[in-house]
Amino acid sequence: MAPGGSLRGGNKNGERAGDRAARSIATAAGATILVALAGVGIFLLARGLPALRAGEGDLPDGATNFWQLAGPLAFGSIWAAALALLFAVPVAVAVALFITMYAPRRFAGPLGAIVDLLAAIPSVVYGLWGLMVFAPLTAGLYGWLGDRVGWFPLFAGKTSATGRTILTAALVLAIMVLPIIASVCREVFIQTPTLSVEAALALGATRWEMIRMAVFPFARSGIVSGAMLGLGRALGETMAVAMVLSPTPFLMTFRLLNSTNPNTIAASIAQNFPEAYGMEVNALIGLGLLLFAITFAVNYLARRVVARAHPGG
Amino acid sequence: MRSRLLPTVGAAALTAALALSGCAANESGPDPSSTPSDTSGDSTAESPQTDPTDDGGAAVSLSGTLNGGGASSQGPAQEAWRAGFSGLNPGVTVNYDPTGSGDGRKAFSEGGLAFAGSDSAFGPDEIAAGGFGSCADGSGLIEVPVYISPIAVGFNLPGVDSLNLDAATVASIFTGQITAWNDPAIVEQNDGTDLPDLAITAVHRADSSGTTANFTDYLDQASGGVWTEGSVEDWPDSLQGEAAESTSGVAETIVGTEGAIGYLDASRAAGAMGTAAIKVGENYVSYSPAAAAAAVGGSTFQSDRSAGDVVVDIDRTIDSGEVYPLILISYLIGCETYADPSQGALVKGYLEYVASPEGQAEAAANAGSAPITGDPNVEPKVAAAIASIQ
Repeated sequence: MAPGGSLRGGNKNGERAGDRAARSIATAAGATILVALAGVGIFLLARGLPALRAGEGDLPDGATNFWQLAGPLAFGSIWAAALALLFAVPVAVAVALFITMYAPRRFAGPLGAIVDLLAAIPSVVYGLWGLMVFAPLTAGLYGWLGDRVGWFPLFAGKTSATGRTILTAALVLAIMVLPIIASVCREVFIQTPTLSVEAALALGATRWEMIRMAVFPFARSGIVSGAMLGLGRALGETMAVAMVLSPTPFLMTFRLLNSTNPNTIAASIAQNFPEAYGMEVNALIGLGLLLFAITFAVNYLARRVVARAHPGG
Repeated sequence: MRSRLLPTVGAAALTAALALSGCAANESGPDPSSTPSDTSGDSTAESPQTDPTDDGGAAVSLSGTLNGGGASSQGPAQEAWRAGFSGLNPGVTVNYDPTGSGDGRKAFSEGGLAFAGSDSAFGPDEIAAGGFGSCADGSGLIEVPVYISPIAVGFNLPGVDSLNLDAATVASIFTGQITAWNDPAIVEQNDGTDLPDLAITAVHRADSSGTTANFTDYLDQASGGVWTEGSVEDWPDSLQGEAAESTSGVAETIVGTEGAIGYLDASRAAGAMGTAAIKVGENYVSYSPAAAAAAVGGSTFQSDRSAGDVVVDIDRTIDSGEVYPLILISYLIGCETYADPSQGALVKGYLEYVASPEGQAEAAANAGSAPITGDPNVEPKVAAAIASIQ
């Protein structure tokens, strides 16, 4: 009795200490995120708000108010990120389907690892590659598109000879966000209930019909949240866009093939901060605040979508 | 079901991570303001002493830490100067943070830096207003042009290494009025060069830059009214054209695109692309350190400034001789009288080295700049300005 009791007591004490440690570490980690987020938010508000109230003469580039400066940049950020998603999501879903449903098991693991490896490449390397290799490659294609389908509004205007257009920037962004979307999709596809899969196949469905009937309905919210994660990364991407894109201030256009493109918020901050002083610094931090708000909204929307698909979790 | 929550949690974490990294980058600017107290503390403790064993040119051996920063154009030259100066004065650590001219001037005003590098000098009214953090009350400023670098007009035309262009033609190219390489305005200046029927892609800087300021100033003064946008650090919004980030971005874009033309620091154009000889008077002059230095020698100094405030009014319209007026002048800025005399001694020692024949030769070798030494118009004024630092 005595040895058993002491053993149990020791275990209990050990569990209690471990429990306490785990709980406090986890709580501290959670609190740190909140504190960091609040700290960043306060910094952006404190340093950015003066620019929101500033008038003509104080703001850079002769802007009359903050929104004249920020509007085109916010448009550029969202337009480039949306284009990137348009290219990345179908490819990412197809890659994830191939890995989970079609690839022989021997290839599936290594292929997944290779896709994940794309995420480990620093964005400045993507920028260098985009600037030195990819943009010159696309220039020929753009010339052809501009000549043949220049009547299409998106391809109108004088075609860039360098290939450093918003379409190129969006394609580079698409490659950068591909791995995160693909790996989220892969995780979700793998979890499709085996019963549903087998039921579909038993009913005589082909593999593609099974994917449409069993996998996609189950995975829809996962695909959406993966896409939103990718969108968050594309919105905030700085170096790759700054290096690849040929920007023009105050420009809002949907045209894809021109030398003059809308800039993005993140790239604009990176380009202008080194020489900025006075109110321009506040304006740039104000732009950061706007990007913060947009990213926040995107994440909130993603949560809503996921929550609606699975009410009550 | 649980694991499907992961993406949303991940999203929140990602937001925080993105925001955090942005924050860190933003805060690096004002940070140097925390260093001056350390700096002055260090150097007061080890104030300059006469070292009888020193058989070098300088009679005083210096020690301490000197913090400077600013113009990124001076970056490669500052590396050479710091290495050379530390070799002569092993007790001194010189730091130079190439964060940009505006940032350097601001940090110097606030007292975070003992000296600043800048592509544009402080205005006379800014100096009169005073309040510079490192300077003694009522002290004026020393501003000396120690880094002179030619700006090249570089292009990518297969088989063509050099072109003759006058300023009006360059302005027409960059304003989009000339759009093809076989335009008559270019052809008539280049007898015997086979110019293709190829569209011109004019590349400018996407970021604000002293190179853009000097290039537009050249066009403004020398193009005879073709350029109407004045002298500006940021490329005018109303002009179309290709924009690229930093000198390297401009260089890569030109190298990667047939038919491209752009302006960039000459050291980055050399060997990588064709460069234009610009029209000076009746002749076409290619960039060279000697021709760039001659442009400074032929210019006048702004007269509404004190003797130690040596600011050049670059005359871009010089019309004779082997002169290349498309240049960038970058200044080193310090106090006439430092609040901390030991800092004054360090700045004085460093600037003496920078302006010396060795210092200028180091910069020429490392950054392709044009030496100011040997110019009877410039060298004595710079030397006198530096000698007056206290």
